[in-house]
Amino acid sequence: MSDWLEDFIAGKEGAELLADDRPRSLLLPLPALIGSMQALKAQGFDMLNDHMAVDNPEGEHIRLLWLLCSTESGELLRVCCDLPRQQPVAPSLNALWPVAEWQEREVYDLFGVLYSGHPDLRRLFLEDDWEGWPLRKDYEDSFILEPGKP
Amino acid sequence: MAVGHAEGPGQNLLLTRLEDVISWARSNSLWPLTFGTSCCAIEMMMASGASHHDLARFGAEVTRPSPRQADLLIVAGTIVKRMAQPLRTLYEQMPEPRYVIATGACVISGGPFIYHSYSSLRGVDDVIPVDVYVPGCPPRPEGLFYGILTLQRMIRERAGLKHPEERRAPVTAALPEGITKQEIQAEMLELFEAQGRRNVHEEYRRTVSDPGAKGAYPGRGERG
Ligand code: SF4
Repeated sequence: MSDWLEDFIAGKEGAELLADDRPRSLLLPLPALIGSMQALKAQGFDMLNDHMAVDNPEGEHIRLLWLLCSTESGELLRVCCDLPRQQPVAPSLNALWPVAEWQEREVYDLFGVLYSGHPDLRRLFLEDDWEGWPLRKDYEDSFILEPGKP
Repeated sequence: MAVGHAEGPGQNLLLTRLEDVISWARSNSLWPLTFGTSCCAIEMMMASGASHHDLARFGAEVTRPSPRQADLLIVAGTIVKRMAQPLRTLYEQMPEPRYVIATGACVISGGPFIYHSYSSLRGVDDVIPVDVYVPGCPPRPEGLFYGILTLQRMIRERAGLKHPEERRAPVTAALPEGITKQEIQAEMLELFEAQGRRNVHEEYRRTVSDPGAKGAYPGRGERG
């Protein structure tokens, strides 16, 4: 099982397997993202289960995660990609998996990640006039209550 | 017009009795709005629909999908800022007299989301007036029943017809600490008997143990 994934990243610069992760996780560099996703879809990962993001202010990056699933074998694969925090722009996967449209709107809404090629990048959950990206670690606003503060 | 007319308007016997009857009817036919936003709503569904906790016994099981047909709003579950406006609209669409029960820590104070949340309201009473607070995270179905019984008592005691605009101060209906299920069941049984209602569960149990007996539910044989 592990062989094809090692073969898969063999030719790609900057791609690595994240050790001891379940489901198995693959870290891809940004330029190789679209091509690898196309290849993975052709290999049988026909369903995009979920798309998430993790903010890491110390590392100065936002990590995007996609959870791919093969409806044939049931196998899961997590694909990660780091974006610079100052300029979080990623390619949209909407053309490969149409469901990505709303998942990317959610990540845009909460993390402020911009997707190039997205047909309709608007806020999804928050009000349209909301300022800031609430799931970024440095987000602050006057509504939030902290214990011990007035 | 002869009955008690001498005492002046609002004071006669007929009107007083009528008021009692109306608030009795009102309190026993609450129609809740089908409205739930998170985990507390699951517990509310347990209370209103599931076996063991049949809300129909208290006359409040007819949940309505339209606020125009409902007079009880059970706010069950976290209310986020963006939900506040629709919630207010729903409340305003309900016909008078309308009542609000707030169940769960979230709608009372913000509950688990009181700190660090950018979106959860800290108390639904910022948006709509609340009659009964039912604490818990989530409250047990018995806790919700206790809240509904409290509301029914409030409705019966309120001078509804004469002062329709009058609001009573909201109350907190918390089950006393250390109370057991048996005590709750005993109190409900007492309540049923005091109000002269039929105890369908007892009757059902009897039909099951004795198929010949007449009861709340027809036995298999009777249905043919
Ligand atoms: S009070 Fe607790 S159970 Fe109820 S909605 Fe809030 S978190 Fe969920």
